Amino acid sequence: MTDREERLYAILKLIEEFNKKGIEVTEATRFAQDLEWDSLTVMDFVAAVEDEFDIIITMNRAAEIETVGQLVDAVAELKGE
Amino acid sequence: MTAGGAPEGAAARDLFSKFDPLIQQREQLLSTGLTDPFNLVMERVESPTVAICNGRRTILLGTYNYMGMTFDPDVIAAGQAALRDFGAGTTGSRVLNGTYQTHKECEQALMDFYGMDHAMVFSTGYQANLGMVSTLTGKGDFIILDADSHASIYDGCKLSNADTVRFRHNDVADLEKRLNRLPADAGKLVVLEGVYSMLGDVAPLPELVAVAKRHGAMVLVDEAHGMGFFGKHGRGVYEEQGVADDVDFVVGTFSKSVGTVGGFCVSNHPKFEVLRFPCRPYTFTASLPPAVVACAATSIRKLMTAHDKRARLWEATRRLHGGLKARGFKLATETPESAIVSVLMPDQETTALMWSTLIELGVYVNMSWPPATPAGVFLLRCSICALHSDAQIDSVLGKFEQAAQMAGLALHEAA
Repeated sequence: MTDREERLYAILKLIEEFNKKGIEVTEATRFAQDLEWDSLTVMDFVAAVEDEFDIIITMNRAAEIETVGQLVDAVAELKGE
Repeated sequence: MTAGGAPEGAAARDLFSKFDPLIQQREQLLSTGLTDPFNLVMERVESPTVAICNGRRTILLGTYNYMGMTFDPDVIAAGQAALRDFGAGTTGSRVLNGTYQTHKECEQALMDFYGMDHAMVFSTGYQANLGMVSTLTGKGDFIILDADSHASIYDGCKLSNADTVRFRHNDVADLEKRLNRLPADAGKLVVLEGVYSMLGDVAPLPELVAVAKRHGAMVLVDEAHGMGFFGKHGRGVYEEQGVADDVDFVVGTFSKSVGTVGGFCVSNHPKFEVLRFPCRPYTFTASLPPAVVACAATSIRKLMTAHDKRARLWEATRRLHGGLKARGFKLATETPESAIVSVLMPDQETTALMWSTLIELGVYVNMSWPPATPAGVFLLRCSICALHSDAQIDSVLGKFEQAAQMAGLALHEAA
């Protein structure tokens, strides 16, 4: 697996813990519209991602992330890769 | 050649379309015949604990009139005198023509109450948080706040140019984790509350403040729900828990224990006074009417010696908390931690029905649900007043039981 694939895999695992709708998740999946997460679920999920990768995602940065793919890219950027 | 880029006769996009889901939700709720919880009118207010709501005499159990100061005779007299001597309003900002003698006296009362060198009075508590959080922090700084923070703190973060990071509610280890990941040399403001108003729970300030200080952060504590009945001087949870020396800023409000409206920040920081200039929620708004700050000043000074009221408030709170628990209601806190007693409800329908039924039985409490509530809980929030009598509390307990029966809410066997 490439670094990016590893990251995506870890993120997909985290998403499954919050995937109440049980939908199929791809890089194009949108957190708000497709997963239908409310603001509280988003907050818990973001905290889980921060802990998984030992990074900080500020509130403004989090607001810019709409899809799973964008989150994978953001994690790379925040880890300085 | 056409002037602008807009095509001729373009239909206006209705900006209100974004509110269609909310309009639908409200219509759905009201169509079931429930009293509208967000449109209740108090036609007459008889005392801090009784009002005529929708034509019915109602026990008020959902105000923040903790110390019952709204009808205190000295407070009223001070307001009347100021109205007579200074008129209906200042018609100006604090930094221009809007600082009267009454405003200086109010800030002095705060300095005396808190034993601090500086006090800045804002027109509302919301503006105090908005102003302090957004002005203290700039680009490159970090604001670290509890996930359950009040909207005014979140809005202050939005207005600020700093980056905002949240930590899990009252979680010391989580605060430590997040502070560890921030750049060591960046400016940091950790924002805490003494009492969180949804669940009525108190923060573990000593541990939280210690972590903040270890990471070189400045600390702001919002004591809106603690003034008057925590700590030796009634200064709040921070005083009660012994962290006064490590708290840089205390923000508070006049709309709870003080009994009127307004907000403030007190501090010992030697450069504090400069904030009056860059702080936009302080400068670009009208100052409070002289009557309001006169009421506030008198109330604040009376709170310094309101020991009996303070004792009575805790007594009434314990009576309500214990009584609800004994009747099988699920409460948000194991013991009464503050003057807010929140009752957990199973879902939105039951919450609305319970609230509506209680109103019809003559009891007013606050109804809260997501997204206003943390962790997606549904709540009936009771807040107690020092003037609530045992008879009133007992009446409320009976009506809660009655309402639960009428609303089909299952109660649990008390442990």
